[in-house]
This record gives sequence, structure tokens and C-alpha cells, in this order.
Amino acid sequence: MITSNLPALQVVVPLLAGPLCVLLRREDVSYAIALLASWASFAMSILLLMAVLENGPISFAFGGWEPPWGIEYRIDSVNAYVLLIVAAIGAIVITYARPSVAYEIEPQRRYLFYTAYLLCLAGLLGVTITGDAFNVFVFLEISSLSSYVLISLGRDRQALTAAYRYLIFGTIGATFYLIGVGLLYQTTGTLNMADLAERVSTVTDSRTVRVAFAFMAVGLAMKAALFPLHIWLPNAYAYAPSVVSVFLAATATKVSVYLLLRVYFTIFGTPFAIQTMGLGDALMPLAILAMFVGSAVAIFQPDIKRMLAYSSVAQIGYMVLGIGIATTVGLTAGILHLFNHALMKGALFMAMGCVFYRLGSVRLEAMHGIGKTMPWTMGAFVVGGLSLIGVPATAGFVSKWYLILAAFERDWWWAAVLVLLSSLLAIIYVWRVIEVAYFRPPSDSAATAAEAPSVMVVPMWVLAGANVYFGLDTRVSVGVAQQAAKSLMDGGV
Amino acid sequence: MIEPGLYNYWIVVFLMMAGLYVVVARGNLIKKLVGLNVFQASVFLLYITMGKVEGGTAPILAEGVTVYSNPLPHVLILTAIVVGVATTALGLALVVRIQEAYGSIEEDELEEKDERDERKLRS
Repeated sequence: MITSNLPALQVVVPLLAGPLCVLLRREDVSYAIALLASWASFAMSILLLMAVLENGPISFAFGGWEPPWGIEYRIDSVNAYVLLIVAAIGAIVITYARPSVAYEIEPQRRYLFYTAYLLCLAGLLGVTITGDAFNVFVFLEISSLSSYVLISLGRDRQALTAAYRYLIFGTIGATFYLIGVGLLYQTTGTLNMADLAERVSTVTDSRTVRVAFAFMAVGLAMKAALFPLHIWLPNAYAYAPSVVSVFLAATATKVSVYLLLRVYFTIFGTPFAIQTMGLGDALMPLAILAMFVGSAVAIFQPDIKRMLAYSSVAQIGYMVLGIGIATTVGLTAGILHLFNHALMKGALFMAMGCVFYRLGSVRLEAMHGIGKTMPWTMGAFVVGGLSLIGVPATAGFVSKWYLILAAFERDWWWAAVLVLLSSLLAIIYVWRVIEVAYFRPPSDSAATAAEAPSVMVVPMWVLAGANVYFGLDTRVSVGVAQQAAKSLMDGGV
Repeated sequence: MIEPGLYNYWIVVFLMMAGLYVVVARGNLIKKLVGLNVFQASVFLLYITMGKVEGGTAPILAEGVTVYSNPLPHVLILTAIVVGVATTALGLALVVRIQEAYGSIEEDELEEKDERDERKLRS
């Protein structure tokens, strides 16, 4: 009974836990509920991934209405993997959250923070799990609306303008997606993704389908912050409360990239997306520009959270590069980087959360000599930074390795060279922080700072440790990514 | 000549472009939200139009009627309207907070104030 309803519970548990927090209105109870619901989602996502790997895709018909008429939740190796990433980050972040939330958010707003957090988690999980194109839009908006709220809880007034700008961009992106779904419905008369995939392949030479593809591609690129549609992202991540930066950086853009994959390869199918629409040619230059512009701008940021946000723009470039290469190895690299980037950016933003908790600032000048007084925090930052650069024996190395393999497989040696060159830029911006933290005499605030509380340090090191672990033992991460890439390229759902 | 059957779609395209233009071109945060609403309304209209079946009536079972309009797009758009209302409400709430924090809702003035803050932090 429970196992057969797992796909529904995966979304319903956090979705119902959110409003419960509003009803109870108490910070400690809300935190307990959020903690419980997030860890329950994590457990369910593990069970689902195991079930999918063992018995193949799971289909769940809501309310007993058979697909394609009813709303179907469909879990295959691709989204089971993404579900696991989102739910795992959700659980680790909420464990870390409490001291940081208590420090950064006023007492009367804290239960609302946990509500919005749970709703955002439910929305992201929903986008990932559903097999219905319109249902995606609804969950996308649930997660977006709650993330606007989360960002606006930041302490600086810039958080408000950042949230507003994200709201405008996010709404335009989601509405573009909605237009695309509408046009597809017009030509095919269905909203179920598997059904759409079947019927779209028979009408691909119609202009309506092409326009739908364009609308969906641009709308989702906006959501995924693909260069040059990334301008909402840096301020949103820089001024959001630390916990929100960790959570959104590690999950929100990943889910959008997953959705891009779903739309390109499952709904429209590889031949249409790559050959007819020339998707690879369109994505490659954007991805490469993102890699260089994102990293180059990151070098000049005095605010480290902002620096990490620009670095995220660059990292999304790597993921999209993998998609643009459009071979099984390329997709494997893209999906793998989706996972690894969640680990590294999670650890890095968590380290910044700890620094902010002690210093009240994450600007470079405040962090002089912080490596001596907060060794664990900065240690995690160094591990995350190495992974971001792609040093061997870290997770970041594995995904870049596959990216370069994919480039060589298509004889695009220049793409491999560009990946290496842009990694050099990453060395510069990570080094700036390490130099200031370890080789400068401590500033006044850094000299008196103590290590962050262990509730924050332990989850941070879980993620930092995962960076090393998945850099050494690649069986699970690469294995699942390969299987996911294969199923996407074969056009199966 | 515009075919009468496509009349609605021309309106959709016009509203869509007008809405997007307002979002991009106006600096006032409220006007931007108005533009966003016009843009969203155009999509609502697109969905409602595609559900119309020529000669069909409202989709309620009745004797002697065989042609019905397609109710599904209409239902979908009900959901989208709710989402739109929520977005507008949240957007307006943010504008109120921005007015309280900055004393302005003009984009260029907000940017100026942010830059001044940034310069103060750097020096």
C-alpha cells in the first residue's frame, strides 16, 4: 500500500507539511515538521531510485484515472536520479538551517521561512516527478513563487529588488513554457509527455510544433539561468538568506536543466531537436560564453556569495555544453555535472553561511585570516573549491573528464581546450578566497570569530566529503548518469 | 485580409507583444507588473480560443446536442489564472516592501541607490 503510493507521497508529504507550519505558527514545531518531512522525502526518493533501477520505470495514475487522460507520475532512471539529488540536498540543508535561520531572519517570520522552504521543495520534486506537461507548469510556479518569498527574506534591502527581478524573469519564463505547451496541445490534443512524444513525431514538419519548441526552449533556458538569460541569478543568490542560497543553488537550476533535457529529448525526440532544430549548434556557443563570462565576472566580485553565484552561471554552461554535444557521453557528462555541481555548490554556499553566521559578512575584506579561526569551515570551502576547479580525486574532475571525453569523441578538441581554459579561471577566483583566508593577518572580526556550531559544520562536511567520495568512487554516480543518458537518447520515457 | 477565424490569434499576438514591451521598456515596478499581467492574459486568451469548436455549445450534456467545445483548455487556464493572481499579489507585496525600504519604485533610482551602497562598502 505505502510502496505503491510512494510517487504521490514524495510530493504530497512536503506539500502538506508546509501549510501545517502556518497553522501551528511556532518556530520550533515548524522546524521539527520541516526536518521530518524533508528526511521522509529523502528516504522515499532512495526507495524510488532503487525500485526504478531494479524493475524499470514506474507509472502512477492519479486518482485512478489512466494516462493519457489522467495526470501521470512517471519515474524512470533520469528523474529518479534528479529526485534523489533534490531530496538529499533538501534534507541536508534543513539539518544545517536552524542556527543560520535564527541568525538571519526575524523571529516572527521564521515559521513562514520553513513553510516556503517546504513548498519550494514540494514544487521542485513535483516538476521532476510528473509525466504531465501542464502539471510541470503548476509545480514550476509553486517552487518559483515560494523561492521569490525565500529570497525576499534576506536582510539587505537588495534582497527585495532581487526577488522582484527574479519574479519578472521567472514568470516570463514559465509563461513561455505555458505557451509552448498550449501550442503542442493544439496540434496533438494531449498533455501526457509519453503520449506527446509519440504524437509529436508524426507532425514535426508543422510550424506550430517548431514555434512550441522555441517557446519552451527559451522559457526553460530563462528558468535555468542559461547565459545570456542569467541576469536574475547573481543578485538573487547573493542577497538571499544563506540557507536559501545553498538550497536554490544546489537544486533549482538543476531541476530546470533536467526539464530542458525532458523537453528536448523526451517530448520532441532527439532527431527533431538535434537535426531539424539544430539545438546543438544553438546551445554550444551559449554554453561556452556562459563558461567564460560567468567565471571572468566571478573573479572581480568582492562579495563571495555573489562570486559563487556567477560561478554557478559558468557551471550551468558546462551542463548545457554536455547537452549541446548531444551524444550519449555528452549527456552523461551533463547529467553527472548536474549531480556534482549540487554537491560542490552546496558545500561552498554552506561554508559561506557559516562565515556569515560568525562575521555577519561574506565580503573578501572581512574574511582576512579566517582560515585560522574557522578551520573546519574554510577546510570545507577548500574542498568544494578544488571540486569546482576540477582537481583529480574530487567530483568536479569526474564530470569535466567525461565532458572532455565527449568532446574528443566528436573530434571537437577545441571544446576540450575551452573547458580546460575556463577551469583556469576557476582557479583564480577560488584562489583569491584561499589567499585572503589563509595568508593574510586576521582582521579584527576574524581574529575573534569561533568555529560555527557543529549542527552547521557536520552537514557541510557531509557534502564536502561527498565531493571527495564521488571523485574516487564513481560507480554509482556515473552508472546512473550513463543509464539516464542512454534512456534519453533512445527517446524512451 | 485577416481571416475571421484567426482574429483571436491576432489579438493574442498583439497583447503578448504589448505586454512584453511594457515589462521591458517601463522603469516603474507597478507598470512592469501591469505589463506582465497583459502578457499572461494573452496566453489565457490563446488557450480559451483553442478550446472553441465551431458550432459547439458549452460542454454540458443535453439532448439534441452533439457538438461541444473542448472544456480542457478552459480548465487548464483556470489554474493558470490562479497562478497569475498569486504572482501578481506577491509582486505587488514586494513593490510595497521596496517602496518602504528605498522610498522609490523607479528602477533607475533603485539602481542608483544600490550603487551608492556598494561604493560605500568598498571605500
